Amino acid sequence: MKNQIKFVQGNEACVEAALYAGLDFFAGYPITPSTEIAEHMAVRLPQIGGKFLQMEDEIASLCAIIGASLTGNKVMTATSGPGFSLMQEALGYAIMTEIPCVIVNVQRGGPSTGLPTHASQGDINQARWGTHGDHAIIALTASNHQDLFTITVEAFNLAETYRTPVLLMLDEITGHMRERLHIPKPGQIPIVSRLKTSVKQGVDYHPYLPREDGRLPMSDFGGIHRYNVTGLFHDMWGFPTDNPQIVHGLLRHLLDKIGNNVHLIAKYKEFYLEDATTILVSYGSSARSALHLVNNRRNRGERLGLLELQTLWPFPYGIVREKCANARHVLVVEMNMGQILREVKIAVEDPEKVFLANRVDGMFITPTDIRNILRLIQGKGV
Amino acid sequence: MEKCRIVMSGSGGQGVITASVILAEAAVIFEGLIAVQSQAYGPEARGGAARSDVIISDSEIHFPKVTQPNVLVCLTQAAYNKFFPIIRPGGLLLTDTRYVTTERKVDAKQIELPMYNHVMEKIGNPVVLNICMLGALISLRNIVKPESIMKILEERLPANSIQMNRNALELGISLGENVK
Repeated sequence: MKNQIKFVQGNEACVEAALYAGLDFFAGYPITPSTEIAEHMAVRLPQIGGKFLQMEDEIASLCAIIGASLTGNKVMTATSGPGFSLMQEALGYAIMTEIPCVIVNVQRGGPSTGLPTHASQGDINQARWGTHGDHAIIALTASNHQDLFTITVEAFNLAETYRTPVLLMLDEITGHMRERLHIPKPGQIPIVSRLKTSVKQGVDYHPYLPREDGRLPMSDFGGIHRYNVTGLFHDMWGFPTDNPQIVHGLLRHLLDKIGNNVHLIAKYKEFYLEDATTILVSYGSSARSALHLVNNRRNRGERLGLLELQTLWPFPYGIVREKCANARHVLVVEMNMGQILREVKIAVEDPEKVFLANRVDGMFITPTDIRNILRLIQGKGV
Repeated sequence: MEKCRIVMSGSGGQGVITASVILAEAAVIFEGLIAVQSQAYGPEARGGAARSDVIISDSEIHFPKVTQPNVLVCLTQAAYNKFFPIIRPGGLLLTDTRYVTTERKVDAKQIELPMYNHVMEKIGNPVVLNICMLGALISLRNIVKPESIMKILEERLPANSIQMNRNALELGISLGENVK
């Protein structure tokens, strides 16, 4: 029992969860505040027969894990803002070629090298639109180490289920903070393993021909089947094509496989929403301050609630609309200039009732910061 | 348990962050308490003011930072000058007599202990100053049992340095007992 309880940083919790999910290959280029992920991977992976590679940069890191995934490994890389920018091209490649992988971005202040050691949630829109072209993406986050563990495992499961890169958008606070983590027993959290083709050797295998349920069984590259992989629009054999019908079909497939399953992908937590007249919407470390405030105010009889989003992309518009329907005020709490605020405004019937409580100076947003803005919008003054 | 909000501060390399992690880990692993630890630091590799925040409680902790500590430890003059105004009225302010000259009275129990001098005199190695400080702290405030801290140290440290750390912890406890 004792060894199941750990007191660790969020970055280490992420490593343990990745290993729990079956990760056996990590390539990365250390960068604050994600460095501890690479550090712990370098120790832990060789212990279980996995491979750790330190690459020359972030471009190579993502390319290396894409290749390793194609050969049958469960893979991950970890970075922060500047490295995440470099990864955008390869991210698009992984989306187009439908190769499962998990990319962790432990966010720091930006733009550019910004604030390496301080907190920010400024990369949320980059996660959605950082790579060019129309595409769908899955991005998850968590506010405490136990949730972070579950969500990391979920990231691997979604990557395999939808054959897509999944982004794990952590931040400096959750990454560096230490708290209790209970490592679940094997089997306690379900693991989705690679869907492999049943096509035998010597029989034609179509790597990009979806089954009826939309999923594409994979064949380990370099194994028994020969096939092509390209970032160009491609046919069911994986060869480049500009046939408008195939191009349109592939783009729709890439968007719909995620867009049609928002109800299955969306994860969130709710606190006191039943009778809340004011609802805070938050995610990641900001949700800790929001929950602190909600608990305090509830003790004083204020009807305050919290909707904590764990799935940021695809944005769960339906859930946000439904949960916020009866609220007089909705206050989005985040450490950026309103990147999720915009989506919440789109989601609700009345965007006029949505406000932003933020902090963009590198300091962690406090319950007092949120309370001051709450009092302003409630007309109570500071 | 009354929620304990601790800020430990000093210069990078003095081990204040390590000490705070050991304290919080002992509380979580061996005493079944809830704890969070976080730290603030800049992009420089060493030097500068190191600050570590620890909250220990028996119920869930959401906001992980300490704005008003009821225990403040300062191991350098710079850290003392910067942080002494944030102490919670009635709290405990622990400083080392070699490094810190307390200038103003604060509304707190001010304890100045010759930890560095005793460590150098009795043990002869300044590396365990942080463990001596932990000993003093847990004797002044019953945060965790000394055995819990020792168990964490035994897990983390090479066998040949455990006795030195045990001596430092006991030294700190006796220094704390003397001024209770």
